[in-house]
Amino acid sequence: MRYLTRRVLVLLLTGWAALTINFVLPRLMPGNPAEVMLARFQGRLSPRALAALTVEFGVHTHQSLLAQYVAYWGHMLTGNFGLSLTYYPASVAQMVAQAFPWTLGLVGISTLIAFILGTGIGIAAAWRHGSRLDGVLLPVSLLLNSMPYFWFALLMLYLFGFVLGWFPVGGGLNLAHQAGGWAGLGAIISHAILPAATITITAAGGWVLTMRNNMVAILGEDFVKFARAKGLPDRVVEFRYAARNAILPNFTGFAMAIGFVVGGALLTEIVFSYPGLGYLLYEAVLNLDYPLMQAIFLFISLAVLVANFLADLAYILLDPRVRAVGRS
Amino acid sequence: MTLRAFLTNRRAMAGAGILVFFALLAGLAPLIAPYSPTNINFPPMLGPSAAHLLGTTANGQDVLSQLIWGSRDTLIVGLVTATLISGIQLIVGIFGGYVGGWIDEVLSMLTNIFLVMPGLPLMIIVAAYVTVKGTVPIIFVITVTGWAWGARVLRSQTLTLRSQAFVEAAQLSGESRWRIVLTHIVPNMAGILVANFFGAALYAVLSEAGLEFLGLGNVNTVTWGTMLYWAENDEALLMGLWQWMVLPGVCIALLGTAFGLLNFAVDEVVNPRLRRT
Repeated sequence: MRYLTRRVLVLLLTGWAALTINFVLPRLMPGNPAEVMLARFQGRLSPRALAALTVEFGVHTHQSLLAQYVAYWGHMLTGNFGLSLTYYPASVAQMVAQAFPWTLGLVGISTLIAFILGTGIGIAAAWRHGSRLDGVLLPVSLLLNSMPYFWFALLMLYLFGFVLGWFPVGGGLNLAHQAGGWAGLGAIISHAILPAATITITAAGGWVLTMRNNMVAILGEDFVKFARAKGLPDRVVEFRYAARNAILPNFTGFAMAIGFVVGGALLTEIVFSYPGLGYLLYEAVLNLDYPLMQAIFLFISLAVLVANFLADLAYILLDPRVRAVGRS
Repeated sequence: MTLRAFLTNRRAMAGAGILVFFALLAGLAPLIAPYSPTNINFPPMLGPSAAHLLGTTANGQDVLSQLIWGSRDTLIVGLVTATLISGIQLIVGIFGGYVGGWIDEVLSMLTNIFLVMPGLPLMIIVAAYVTVKGTVPIIFVITVTGWAWGARVLRSQTLTLRSQAFVEAAQLSGESRWRIVLTHIVPNMAGILVANFFGAALYAVLSEAGLEFLGLGNVNTVTWGTMLYWAENDEALLMGLWQWMVLPGVCIALLGTAFGLLNFAVDEVVNPRLRRT
């Protein structure tokens, strides 16, 4: 139970930290950046919206810091995230709700494919470690893992979008295709293939590396040698003995990656102008739209937190050793 | 023995070779670079020619000179950030893990919090609020968001070492805490520390490139990241200036691979279970 209490404590503390970062950051910076933002939007917003913003960011307000903090918590707990300055009069919550499904679909599916692909390749490389296949796969995975993935995305976009013209060059859905039904679905998929391929290829490299190393270590264990000596078929030793044990740490990694799906691949979305959360965050940053920026960061953080918490719970079920430690 | 294993490791040597190459490039930049990287007096958008081996940018700068000078900032950010991150990991992981008690409780709670904070979004948010753009805020942002994972690894390693016989012997012989940490624990983790250092350097180089590409660095300095920012802004690929867009990325990928290779090789050398059988 001690394990569980700790996890809950981390969840609560981190949630508090994420919320507080949003409150503290604009007030911490020399020359409150929110002032610049407010000056820019003077006249473009209703006076009421402006007044709300001055309170929210602590500009020209006579309230004490503590009172501001309490008011801020009140807003957050009641789900009042304010209005987006860029997409005025749309509310920040509306914008986030609109972008979220796009990110979830694109990044979620590609993360899953990358995990399965990378883990499979890692198993194959480890099983033949020291061989020529391993010798080639390793540097390739290292390279994939070490390159700026937004740059790789740019090259893919250029090659397959502009030069070959196989895929649309950006966006989630062309306005012309907003037909709905099968045609609409087809358009969504054709817009998603390039960014999805980019995320899959660049993310798979990391999975290959960790899975390969875990499995090489496991292959040196006595129980694997014994399984071999017993004359078990190679397939059984490779998958049921070695891979099954080696996948445990990778599985935790995967659970974390699922959490990062929400905020992950920010740069890929930006390169492809994909209408997800990453692109929205970028727009918010470019336009000094601090309320939108804060809400997206909060949303991403909380999603990551909850996903991690669930991963920790799953780990209790998967690894009996965690339960044993918790009892002692 | 370990040193020889490292020197005969092909991956380590490949990584070290690339790193030395870029270090030379950075160190000798004033001698090698044909022009000043900020000179904007050349005809813009030239293809490769004898005068400009890699052509010029849309602003009339020499791409080769920018590429050579750009290695400086990228290397500095990578190495300085990795040093800072390693320092924090050392203190939080090793010291916390060794001392135990409430200090360790607080430090590992802090580690867990930073571990689940989404790094890139946090970096973008902080960088967006920072009013002074440049290398120092970038190093700061990457350090703050990047130390947690390694600290956790070091802490668990320290916990296993702490209960080993030679550490207990040192405690019984009355050596001070600091002495035990510095002379018994740290040397035994040198391999992991070095591997972590290169891992952090890789993380720093990639993060810097990402932040600068978004325009969150100082876009007037010459680094590989800002080169990509301008190349993207001026639509280098559509203008046919592929070398302007492709080469800074290749350099980042190569430098990253060098750090990745070193990280991997050190891990392989110090972890006998990963050695070839």
